[in-house]
Amino acid sequence: MTEKKEKREIVIPGEIIASEEFLPGDWTMKQGKNIISTRLGIVEKSDKLVKVIPLSGVYIPRYGNVVIGEVKDITTAGWVVDVKGPYQAFLPLRECPGFVEVSEMENVYGIGDLLVTKIFNVGRTSVDLTMKSRDRSLNKIREGTIVTVNPHRVPRVIGKEGSMITLIKNATKTNITVGQNGLIWVSGEKVESELAAKKIIEFIVENTTADGLTEKVEKFIKDLEDKK
Amino acid sequence: MAYTKRFDGRKTDELRETSAKVGVVPNADGSAIFQQGDTIAIAAVYGPKILHPKNQQNPEKGVLRVHYNMLSFSVGERIKPGVSRRSQEISKVTEWALAPVVMLEELPGTVIDVHINILQANAGTRCAGINAAAMALAHAGVPMKEMISAVAIGQMGTTIVSDVTKEEEDYEEDGEKAATDIPIAMLSNSEKITLLQLDGQLPVKKMKEVLEAGRDACKKLHEIQKNALKEYK
Repeated sequence: MTEKKEKREIVIPGEIIASEEFLPGDWTMKQGKNIISTRLGIVEKSDKLVKVIPLSGVYIPRYGNVVIGEVKDITTAGWVVDVKGPYQAFLPLRECPGFVEVSEMENVYGIGDLLVTKIFNVGRTSVDLTMKSRDRSLNKIREGTIVTVNPHRVPRVIGKEGSMITLIKNATKTNITVGQNGLIWVSGEKVESELAAKKIIEFIVENTTADGLTEKVEKFIKDLEDKK
Repeated sequence: MAYTKRFDGRKTDELRETSAKVGVVPNADGSAIFQQGDTIAIAAVYGPKILHPKNQQNPEKGVLRVHYNMLSFSVGERIKPGVSRRSQEISKVTEWALAPVVMLEELPGTVIDVHINILQANAGTRCAGINAAAMALAHAGVPMKEMISAVAIGQMGTTIVSDVTKEEEDYEEDGEKAATDIPIAMLSNSEKITLLQLDGQLPVKKMKEVLEAGRDACKKLHEIQKNALKEYK
């Protein structure tokens, strides 16, 4: 337990986090004989590698991430999508399942539509998206509620192997899709259940650093049900 | 009479009561408030985001834009709101003070907007602004090589003092202005200087003493910035 506490130490940019024998990983750099952090985050040391897990800031697109984005523009080659990252993302026409006529593009995904989409390529200043998937999980959002959270807290909302999200799904009888960029899509039969799910997600995001989060969330859900 | 005792009873190297906090502007990507005595600065960072118009984008590295602004109620006599010659100059020197540590080459084609607002002014506003902006940039998750702290060192007659107030800035000896104001911004690890201005007169021999005082003060301020950032959960 004490070892776990040590791992959760917060570091600031420029702070020395390790000596020469470690290799600098994500968000770290070598400065003289030391390795320093370049971001506000938590240090994670494994065997030889030391890296920093960021705590705040804008979403950084990564290959394979499922994200929720808004269609901003339509060009003859595809759709321009805002995924809340530092760069605009692009969904090429060929990455849309089925055959789409250029004149029909508006009817498929119009401006302002929200899409559950996947990042299939990250370039230096570009992000490419795809809507093709084997299980048809990538689609246009037609109904439901969107909850926006800090993208760095998304892993806590999902929980270990999806334990937390399953807990919310079962408690509120809703369907939840979590975008890695911090947008969460909740859809249920009743608006009340969607709002309940939203409240639970917001509770998790506010208490990410708490010990025994699962128990606290279970208690929170019980309190919500008692109020009804 | 020489300036031996400070107006507010501090020691010559003692700072004003200082406090800091991050995450004060919920809609910004990063934000911080920094208070040095009666001087309060609030900094909000937006970005990295795409820079428009596109012709201003730099494909090699990101762009850092700083906007310094004194609110109209920040001083005794109301000042006209909006951009002034003074605020433009301070925006520019703050930008130059911050740019060396921000790893802009990792963010080509983007812009980082830093907005510094002075809520209350009692000398040393550009220093408080830099301190707040450095914390806000760290909170916004912008990659940085080091942290920056800034302090205003002054010479009252022949005495070197740290963190001057407005009263000290206007200090007079025999009916003549005898105060010199030297804002210094220093990096936390390499102790390089990214801002050094001088308003008044100073013998060259004294410069070393001023930089020594600046380094000690910046170290203390860095500790405060560090503790405030570590409290963020």
